Amino acid sequence: MKQYLLAVHMVEGQEPPSEDEIQQAYKDVDALNAQIQAEGAWVFGGGLHPAATATVVRIRDDEVLTTDGPFAEAKEQLGGFWVIRAADLDEALAWAAKATRACRAPVEVRPFQDDAED
Amino acid sequence: MAIRSDEIEGYFRREYGRCVATLVRFLGDIDIAEEAVQEAFAVAVDRWPVTGLPPNPGAWITTTARNRAIDQLRREASRHDRHAQAALLYGQEDPAEEVGPVRDDRLRLIFTCCHPALARPAQVALTLRLLGGLETPQIARAFLVPEATLAQRIVRAKKKIKAAGIPYRVPGDAELPDRLAAVLAVVYLVFNEGHTATDGDDLVRLNLCDEAIRLARVLAELMPDEPEVLGLLALLLLTYSRTPARTAPGHPLVLLPDQDRSLWDRALIDEGQALVRRCLRRNQPGPYQIQAAIAAVHSAAPAAAQTDWRQILVLYDQLMACAPTAVVALNRAVALAEVEGPQAGLAAIDGLDIGSSYHPLHVARADMLRRLGRTAEAALAYDAALALTANAAERTFLDRRRRELPGRP
Repeated sequence: MKQYLLAVHMVEGQEPPSEDEIQQAYKDVDALNAQIQAEGAWVFGGGLHPAATATVVRIRDDEVLTTDGPFAEAKEQLGGFWVIRAADLDEALAWAAKATRACRAPVEVRPFQDDAED
Repeated sequence: MAIRSDEIEGYFRREYGRCVATLVRFLGDIDIAEEAVQEAFAVAVDRWPVTGLPPNPGAWITTTARNRAIDQLRREASRHDRHAQAALLYGQEDPAEEVGPVRDDRLRLIFTCCHPALARPAQVALTLRLLGGLETPQIARAFLVPEATLAQRIVRAKKKIKAAGIPYRVPGDAELPDRLAAVLAVVYLVFNEGHTATDGDDLVRLNLCDEAIRLARVLAELMPDEPEVLGLLALLLLTYSRTPARTAPGHPLVLLPDQDRSLWDRALIDEGQALVRRCLRRNQPGPYQIQAAIAAVHSAAPAAAQTDWRQILVLYDQLMACAPTAVVALNRAVALAEVEGPQAGLAAIDGLDIGSSYHPLHVARADMLRRLGRTAEAALAYDAALALTANAAERTFLDRRRRELPGRP
């Protein structure tokens, strides 16, 4: 089995969806999580707080430097992600299709370098 | 029996796709499969002139390639390469057995090459490389792309197939229509690139047209029940049948109405028309089938004046219903002009929402205006078309048309 990251990309500063829409998205994501778990594809997943809550840690001149803010000053930021197990890319893309529908945002699929343990 | 090296070259071109496809199934790795097939052909070049042609050259190549690959994987397996070991287990089932192709091998490989996770240019390059057996420099020349760029494109695509786990499989029924559309689009793009070079001096790059028809034939052989596959093959054959008439001494581009129809390739027309009839009987129309039917109506007319434009207009209306693109709308307007006159055609063109950078729009407008006697406007339309095309043959044609306008210097 291979492992894939399904990364949900949020565009910051876009008009926020209505409260009903947000509630529906939560419900859809919960249902999808249950399905991923039921089918044995679940490794890990979750939603993230907005990029404004991010902190960056790096080494500069051999010292640890801690700074405020997301690493990339981009309009698109990671909003949440899943790590799933799948036999091949087609299987991962099928989960991604469900994921993008549920969270109403584009989903980027990336393969992990190492295969799953089983 | 003596065999010449160019004959071996011929086998290489014919058998490459089949051999690589079978080896990918055995080995699960495109690079190892390709390398092994190339080595096997190198052995053939040495051996066949001495031993004569084996009874089944394709099977000989595939078996030799597999044995070589297994040898190489054994060497790599000793270096604890997990992938090599896995592939070795796979390929070792029965080393003595001759490796036979499975009907689906090339089909699997085509769907891998044209997977939507790969960009269109990569799909095209991979398909021509792996299934067409074309060398990277040949593909680069045909597409006027630097060789390094094309090589890079192929390497990246193969890496992605491996790393992302793009499967080697014919898609299931649910995905098939979309995935097949991508495969057909790749073949059609190859043909069009060959048929009308967007740049350069040769109007027709025969090479890519032949390649596209060869690929379409493979698809039709592997998927005889997909009407759009037959439709695409028919469209390519009927379009290609006119190639000998598309150029004439002193005329680098001769348009359909002015072509010497006795030069059309009768055998290709017969084959294309038979395929169109087969599609009609199935009655599951799609964009390629309808375009093939339009080409068939043209090819049935002994002279341009005898063209059944009413039938063509009906077919364009059908095409608009299932594939409403700007290009189709423009062609429909041209057909309308033939049925109802240039005024109706011009009105239809001017009602289209097409960007002004699409040069066939200006060519069609110029022609309608010329027929309506609106010479000054026609000249402006020819100028607009000329400004937008780089193809030398087409430029010569447009320039000539512009100079032939009455009262023009």
